[in-house]
Amino acid sequence: MTDATVSPVGLMTSDGVPLKQSLARAERRSRIRAMMLVAPLFLFIMITFIVPIIDMLLRSVDNPRFQEVLPETAQVLMEWEGGGLPPESIYAVMAAEMKAAMKDRSLGRLTSRLNFEDPGMRTLMFKTARRLNRVDEGPWKEAMIKIDDEWGDPQVWALMKRTAPAYTTIHYLNAFDLTVSPEGEIVAQPEELQIYGLLFWRTIWMSLLITGLCALLGFPIAYLLATLPTKTSNLLMILVLLPFWTSLLVRTTTWIVLLQTEGVINDILVWATILNDDERIQMIYNQTGTIVAMTHILLPFMVLPLYSVMKTIDPSYMRAARSLGATQVTAFRRIYFPNTIPGLGAGGILVFILAIGYYITPALVGGRTGQLISNFIAFHMQESLNWGLGAALGAILLAGVLAMYWLYNKLIGVDNMKFG
Amino acid sequence: MKTRFLKTTALAAVLAFATVPAVQAADAITAVSWGGAYTKSQIEAYHKPFEAKTGIKINSQDYNGGLAEVRAQVEAGNVTWDVVDMELSDAVRGCDEGILEPLPLSDLPAAPDGTAAADDFIAGTLHDCAVATIVWSTIFSYDEEKYPGGSGPKTVADFFDTAKFPGKRGLRKSPKVNLEWALLADGVAADKVYEILATDAGVERAFAKLDTIKDDVIWWEAGAQPPQMLADGEVAMTSAYNGRVFNAVATEDKPFNIVWDGQVWDIDLWGIPTGAPNKDAAWDFIKFSTDTQRLADQASWISYGPARKSSAPLVGKHAVAGIPMGPHMPTAPENFTNAIQNDFAFWADYQDELTVRFNTWLAK
Repeated sequence: MTDATVSPVGLMTSDGVPLKQSLARAERRSRIRAMMLVAPLFLFIMITFIVPIIDMLLRSVDNPRFQEVLPETAQVLMEWEGGGLPPESIYAVMAAEMKAAMKDRSLGRLTSRLNFEDPGMRTLMFKTARRLNRVDEGPWKEAMIKIDDEWGDPQVWALMKRTAPAYTTIHYLNAFDLTVSPEGEIVAQPEELQIYGLLFWRTIWMSLLITGLCALLGFPIAYLLATLPTKTSNLLMILVLLPFWTSLLVRTTTWIVLLQTEGVINDILVWATILNDDERIQMIYNQTGTIVAMTHILLPFMVLPLYSVMKTIDPSYMRAARSLGATQVTAFRRIYFPNTIPGLGAGGILVFILAIGYYITPALVGGRTGQLISNFIAFHMQESLNWGLGAALGAILLAGVLAMYWLYNKLIGVDNMKFG
Repeated sequence: MKTRFLKTTALAAVLAFATVPAVQAADAITAVSWGGAYTKSQIEAYHKPFEAKTGIKINSQDYNGGLAEVRAQVEAGNVTWDVVDMELSDAVRGCDEGILEPLPLSDLPAAPDGTAAADDFIAGTLHDCAVATIVWSTIFSYDEEKYPGGSGPKTVADFFDTAKFPGKRGLRKSPKVNLEWALLADGVAADKVYEILATDAGVERAFAKLDTIKDDVIWWEAGAQPPQMLADGEVAMTSAYNGRVFNAVATEDKPFNIVWDGQVWDIDLWGIPTGAPNKDAAWDFIKFSTDTQRLADQASWISYGPARKSSAPLVGKHAVAGIPMGPHMPTAPENFTNAIQNDFAFWADYQDELTVRFNTWLAK
């Protein structure tokens, strides 16, 4: 009896290796093979996606300029306890390093950073460095204050001390319309410089509106696509896909042709004497323009997932509901619509996430009031060259999108989402 | 078969190595400028004769100004531009930040009468890292058909008067020039503009004046846009670069009128990004294109004033339209009566803050 049960440990393959070990080896081999197949894609995603995001996050707190250009000054400033004016030794280190920085033309990289904090710092730094070249010996405190009495102002030194560390939170503060007062407290920006709160809010509500409009317009189209006979629905499908394949720029400029004050629609309205020539409607270069053009451009991202989900809804469900006495409306509301939720969710989140980071279309047709946060990120990357602030705005946008995704998962469930 | 393959590969490798020094000796350089009629004037007056003389080809590329691209190229260590046409404030900042090469200005050719380059160039147009080519100006222009018979606007104050001169306005999407004009229209004298703009109250006052036309403005970004907006009837009057408007009038017969009152003039300069691939050829090109004759030639293609004094007497007629160019230059005495020189030192300090404030004002 006892002989009949063989313990699992004792199982051997024909060549005498324990079965468990052999199995593990075979599995490991196939795992490595699978990993090697995935490796190129993994590397690609790392290099083109993960690394840039990490770089952006680092850049938003990075503050290397002071330590690059005036390394020892940064060191002594950080050691200095602050308040009032620094001792002569700090003036001396700074004066020596400013001369050197002027000589190797690196001072400008620091002044452009300081000038973001306080306009006028650029002139002060260059003027001081230039004149210091003619001063050979101390006392440096007196010499610098003589060049410009700003150097006798504790607030300038507070700014210097604040800018010296290698990491900073100032970009995030600025991105929330906050700043640091000369006394070192976190305060709101003056009203005429408060812009990012407004832009984030505008980006969110416009993206939500565009998502809503896409759902409203896309639902009937997807329904027709899914229910019409193949011949007609194929034609309709081409009408959906053709714009989808057309260049974004072409579609955006087409809207300019249609909507501008001297454009097709206004011309027709004037020709039909609905409008007088001097009361043409401003439909583009404002929020309306952005909303119209973006809704059109993002519509396929709503239609396609909706269509693929509607295609799988068995028509017999509706027939069953009708035969059990539901009205057309009730049957749609209680049976058909709930079945389309996965598609609506997928389309909604696609459109919303694309809209929240949209850049080209608002830049071209948004005019003054239709600009979104991404346009200002681009502005800081390309024009003001305040890359730290641009990175901070980008990081906040990323966090916002992740939060939305989390919220969506809580409310509807990501597993419930169907792209096709 | 196999040996032939090997031979071809070897040959290709040899060629590849052989061409590296050839590239360094420069058979082509990349010149970057503002596009449209302006770049065309440079191609006709500088690029073509330079190519004919040296055999070095010039690839022309367009941009919208600013230092961002130069800085990105220098910081990435991948500089592809050899010579860039830029505004003075950018040339100064670029030089300070070390992203432009310092230039041996004493090598610049003297004027035909022997005057040294340093004296021949108009004061303030030579910089450590850049050599000026033109004096240009931001003016405003209107469509004569909309205001016939001399009833058009005559001063910057008229530009801000939408009651007397109804219609949309075009302005550059930048605080530059707009703030100066707002103060001018509000009664500040031309020589006091920057002094007042450096105070908080002055900035407040300028934005308050801009508020009065905010809803009537269409904002442009590229220099080619304003003449197009005028032609399309999108705006009744617009700020523009004087050469662009002149070109639309001279070569396309557009009925546009230039108002010189309150013109804000500035200079454009050639600079070389640090680490440019063909630095020597680029410097040769700058020396060639900024000699007396070349600068005068450019003025026959677009109405921007040459940066050398010795070029002025050589400026003749427009190369295509045959109009004498003299009266259309920003520096012509009758145009220059109420002019403001763009203050690069002011803008170097205040550009960051005022641009943020301007953008905030725009977005609200």
